[in-house]
Amino acid sequence: MSAAENTMLNLSARRQRTWGKVLLHLLLLIGVVIVMIPFAWTLSTSLKPEGQVYTFPPKWIPEPILWGNYVDALTALPFGLYTRNTLYLAIGRIVGLLFTCSIVAYSFARLRWKGRDTLFFIVLATLMIPFEVTLVPQYVLFSEIGWVNTFLPLIVPAFFAGNPFFIFLMRQFFMSISSELDDAARIDGCGYFDIYWRIILPLSKPVLAVVAIFAFQNNWNSFLLPLIYLHDRDLYTLALGLNLFQEENYTRWTLLMAASLTIMLPVILLFFLLQRYFIQGVVFTGVKG
Amino acid sequence: MAESALSRTAGRSGSKRSLGWWETFYGWLFAMPWILGFILFTGGPIVAALLMSFTDWDIVNVPTWVGLDNFERMFLNDDLFYQALKVSTIYAVVSVPLQIVFGLLISMMLNVDIRGVSVYRTLYYMPSVLPLVAVAVMWRWIFSPDWGVLNWFLSWFGIRGPAWLADATWALPALILMSLWSVGGGMVIYLAGLQNIPTDLYDAADVDGANPWNKFWYVTLPMLSPVIFFQLVIGIIQSLQVFVEPYMMTEGGPHNSTLFFLLYLYRNAFQYFRMGYASALAWILFIYVALLTLLVIRSSAAWVYYEGELRK
Repeated sequence: MSAAENTMLNLSARRQRTWGKVLLHLLLLIGVVIVMIPFAWTLSTSLKPEGQVYTFPPKWIPEPILWGNYVDALTALPFGLYTRNTLYLAIGRIVGLLFTCSIVAYSFARLRWKGRDTLFFIVLATLMIPFEVTLVPQYVLFSEIGWVNTFLPLIVPAFFAGNPFFIFLMRQFFMSISSELDDAARIDGCGYFDIYWRIILPLSKPVLAVVAIFAFQNNWNSFLLPLIYLHDRDLYTLALGLNLFQEENYTRWTLLMAASLTIMLPVILLFFLLQRYFIQGVVFTGVKG
Repeated sequence: MAESALSRTAGRSGSKRSLGWWETFYGWLFAMPWILGFILFTGGPIVAALLMSFTDWDIVNVPTWVGLDNFERMFLNDDLFYQALKVSTIYAVVSVPLQIVFGLLISMMLNVDIRGVSVYRTLYYMPSVLPLVAVAVMWRWIFSPDWGVLNWFLSWFGIRGPAWLADATWALPALILMSLWSVGGGMVIYLAGLQNIPTDLYDAADVDGANPWNKFWYVTLPMLSPVIFFQLVIGIIQSLQVFVEPYMMTEGGPHNSTLFFLLYLYRNAFQYFRMGYASALAWILFIYVALLTLLVIRSSAAWVYYEGELRK
């Protein structure tokens, strides 16, 4: 094969690759448009005067732009109170889950004891149990002890390592920490709790951050459990507030769009700021191809 | 000399045994939050649900034991039970495979070294982290028959779009379509799987003169099958827990065409206060999920490839 032929081949291969890349970008951009259009549509509607919503074909740029829709939507109901309730629940749940899931995971990952593997198998099995099976009896339990219409049914289970996935995630992470550290600490006279508290936890900040963020997001998005347990409007979370707002303004699209976009915004910000943690969550599970 | 060595080992193993005892003690102690939580909030309630399913109970009065009445009524006299089972099953059977196909496609496109790949990944992943309540409100407006953006888009092609959520034929397909919007959530898992495939497998395929399709079919897909299997099982379980969409967007209608199982269970328990009947529904669902999962696991022997596994 001559040198000229060789360059020709290289060129055509390179050209093919370039075209491949252009095509790929094109496909990916179509996907991005599909993902983004609902947001653009929501944003556009949320800024329109009520009358401009009902036009066909739709007008994408509102005239005039009514920022006041956001004020109207967010003052129609006490969304400030709902935000505080949501955050209060989030903090309670995160604290409970971080401490209890981590110590349970530590026990599964670092200590050797009879029955451990059986119990860990049950932890994994509970991942497969549809939660609605326990929904009714749990409600009965909490209603018998008078906890319905309080935050307790939503917070207390978190203090009993109430998320098997987080236990699994933390255990996987703890297993990857060198056990020589434990041995060294034990020679220095550290007990099992000291090792957990002074060695494992400080080294596990990445996985603790992942769990905290997932727990925050779960709590922000959670709907069915608050719906069942929180009846008093003073206890409503943002998700319940939005549902109530929809019931009261079923077709006031401008306000509905403003409210739902506002409730999405913190999660969107959190996601963009901390996206590497969202993605790391999967890496920690050690899912292999 | 020999004696002292012996006694030394004996001493060490003795201390090891007592160390082992402490380790067992602390092991159980530290696992206690989960053990108690399991008994109180998972294991106990599952047993309780079984007992409650044999009763008629409105939570205010004393429960009455009715034997198998609840199950008899469910199987022989309750059309809505079958409707709910049907809706949830159709949703699972259609949306889970679609989610897997699209999730896989997206992650394969994003497993390439091109400019801006991390921006694409971020944007595709984002819909899956959003609060479903807000997403549901948003999509109600997208599906609006006369003023919605979806039917506007369809009108470009001269298609007069259906009434979507207001049409008994199209309401369930609409919710399936909406579920595909957040399909990027599975992307991270597929990407992790794709990046774990050793490149020498592709090199070997190149040597054998494989084209891209061959490589996908004979290397990528088999190597990824455990991840797909995992997503299939999780997807089935999750699709039987769909609640927010029908509750907020269609209220199970029109004509019960989106009466998802969990919505029906919720109504029985928390609107009609039939705790016994709701528990019976929950247990049947539990068994149904277990059977479906078992079916998938059984079938997995035929199509899931585990590295290092010996094949006959």
